[in-house]
Amino acid sequence: MTALFERLRKAAATTAFRLSAVAVTAFVLAAGVIGALLFWQTNSVLTEQVLSTLRGEAVLLKKQAVDNGPVALAESIKELARPDSRGLYFLVSPGGVKLAGNLDRVPPELANSPTGGVFRVRGEPGTPTAKDSGRLAVAIPVDVGDGVYLWVGRDIEDQRLYADKIKRTFLIGFGLLSLLGLMVGLAVSRLFLTRMDAITSTSRSIMAGDLTRRVPIDGSGGELDNLAQNLNDMLDRIEGLMNGLREVSDNIAHDLKTPLNRLRNSAEAALRDPRGKDAYREGLERTIEKSDELIKTFNALLLIARLEAGPLEDSLEEFDLGSFVADVADLYMPAAEEAGFILTIETVTGVVVRANRQLIGQATANLIDNAIKYARGGQPGSAITVRAGPAESGAEISVSDRGPGISAADRARVLKRFVRLEESRTQPGTGLGLSLVAAVARLHHGSVRLEDNEPGLRVVLELSERVIVRAPTKTRDDMAAIAAS
Amino acid sequence: MQDGLSDMRVLVIEDDRETAQFLQKSLKENGHTADLAGDGEAGLALASEGPYDVLVVDRMLPKLDGLSVIKTLRSAGNRTPVLILSALGEVDDRVKGLRAGGDDYLTKPYAYSEFLARVEALGRRTVPEEQQTRYSVGDLVLDRLSHRVTRGGESILLQPREYRLLEYLMQHAGQVVTRTMLLEHVWDYHFDPQTNVIDVHISRLRAKIDKTFDKPLLHTVRGAGYTIRDGPV
Repeated sequence: MTALFERLRKAAATTAFRLSAVAVTAFVLAAGVIGALLFWQTNSVLTEQVLSTLRGEAVLLKKQAVDNGPVALAESIKELARPDSRGLYFLVSPGGVKLAGNLDRVPPELANSPTGGVFRVRGEPGTPTAKDSGRLAVAIPVDVGDGVYLWVGRDIEDQRLYADKIKRTFLIGFGLLSLLGLMVGLAVSRLFLTRMDAITSTSRSIMAGDLTRRVPIDGSGGELDNLAQNLNDMLDRIEGLMNGLREVSDNIAHDLKTPLNRLRNSAEAALRDPRGKDAYREGLERTIEKSDELIKTFNALLLIARLEAGPLEDSLEEFDLGSFVADVADLYMPAAEEAGFILTIETVTGVVVRANRQLIGQATANLIDNAIKYARGGQPGSAITVRAGPAESGAEISVSDRGPGISAADRARVLKRFVRLEESRTQPGTGLGLSLVAAVARLHHGSVRLEDNEPGLRVVLELSERVIVRAPTKTRDDMAAIAAS
Repeated sequence: MQDGLSDMRVLVIEDDRETAQFLQKSLKENGHTADLAGDGEAGLALASEGPYDVLVVDRMLPKLDGLSVIKTLRSAGNRTPVLILSALGEVDDRVKGLRAGGDDYLTKPYAYSEFLARVEALGRRTVPEEQQTRYSVGDLVLDRLSHRVTRGGESILLQPREYRLLEYLMQHAGQVVTRTMLLEHVWDYHFDPQTNVIDVHISRLRAKIDKTFDKPLLHTVRGAGYTIRDGPV
């Protein structure tokens, strides 16, 4: 019982209930006003009708009195005032003596009224019906001459009863209507409440630390479902960010502390070295070198974190993707050749993007640098191909090599921070290169795809259509043909 | 050190005393004098009294932040070259710094050699050298009008990028130019190329301008970068 009460109380406190209560109240008020107007209008029309009938009758009776004398009038009145008649008459002499009629006296309500009006037909004081509410009636006075007065009236009790009935029907109707409205309001708010309760309980457990919880979705596609879906998407993003943060701190602990420790060790070793000054110099140089590496790692980490935090509107530039990528690849050309690669640039110009030029450059540089580092240069067929141009998704940059490639199982893993497949870590690097590329792609509404180059690896940086300002109107096949030529 | 380069007057506006004193001491060792200011207001007052060859401004300063100092100076018509030092080094921070009126931007932590090279390059800017149409170091001559490079009268054929590289080096003849400076000015890249891509470009350039000649002009400065000069490093 208390639980039910509590539920009702809660339902009554909801916005849905309050809104429906306001709506019901407004409706009832409006209906009440209309009803009252209708009632009043009907009543007055009916009363007016009765009054005009009375006035007509009064004129006729007065004419009779003038033509035939008061005695004839009294006769007529007697005739008219039959017990079953709805007409009421009271003919009174100047002395106040009743001459004829079915009323016993001038109605007390109208005693001082020169125009007549509404009164109740009751018995004289002292008679058994005196205290009754009586029947409702209307009467007007007629001066028939020589101080003789005639009251002509009509019983309108039936009309009153009819009006009362209408009034009652209206009131009951309104009562039922408001009750129904409130009940619908409660039901709606209950429906609402169940959904809200689900959201509230989900958000509670999330606040308590369980980020994996999600708001249930019923698939109706309604506003609440959309809201729930949005909340879930937001939670996904938050969870992703949280996991990223946790991963970063774990990795900082591991991948930054280890080199820091090595740096410290080497400084200590230099201090203990009996060779003295020379050893100190070497030790300090090594320390600077190692701290530079640490700074690089740190910068890359900060950059990724910055990129994942959101867009960099301030630094967007419009540039031709193909020529820019070709330019970056050109920077690596001598280094690639030195490392025993044949670097081929197959870029298509004409795709103008609005993007962060430096970041696209950094991502391209990382991809080429990775290829040079890991694709085993110097062996026959060591080729690196850098491509850029329009694609289905919008535009893409790709770097392909003929090296050992990455197994399908490892492909998703290498996009994560600090993952380096080469366990011995003989190649210099932060392990952040590809995850930085992925972050740059995400910032430009794109993604990174790793493919089998058969043999070798092809990394594709997809840029979304949203960053493209202008693209050549030619079809993709045409572009490919141009690229190939 | 080249004439006009030594004894530069530098104002270092930096709130970290240890950093400021390190910079002051190091600049002194390199033949320059440095004044220190510990906050934005003091820095602004000193800078407007001047004259200084270069201002080194930390971005985050007490009382008045670095960018406001630079903006105020610039709006007062002070054109002294400014090197901004900042812990904020990511993508749009640099753009903001340069937009405020800074001439160069260096992210903390930095190598002192990088700092010195940039300060000296900025100090050099006050010498109206941009209009020069012909650079020469020893018998190496670069003609900016005809885009021709000769050494000892012998014409040297350079790729466009090699030409730009040599032009920048010769514009800063006698000074140390770091790899990052080359990347920024010759390529207009403000990102980390991961490996030493510049070195290979330099060695290709060196092969063209130095190899067949007795006296090398393009020198590697260990731990710092490169310099082109006629004479010992």
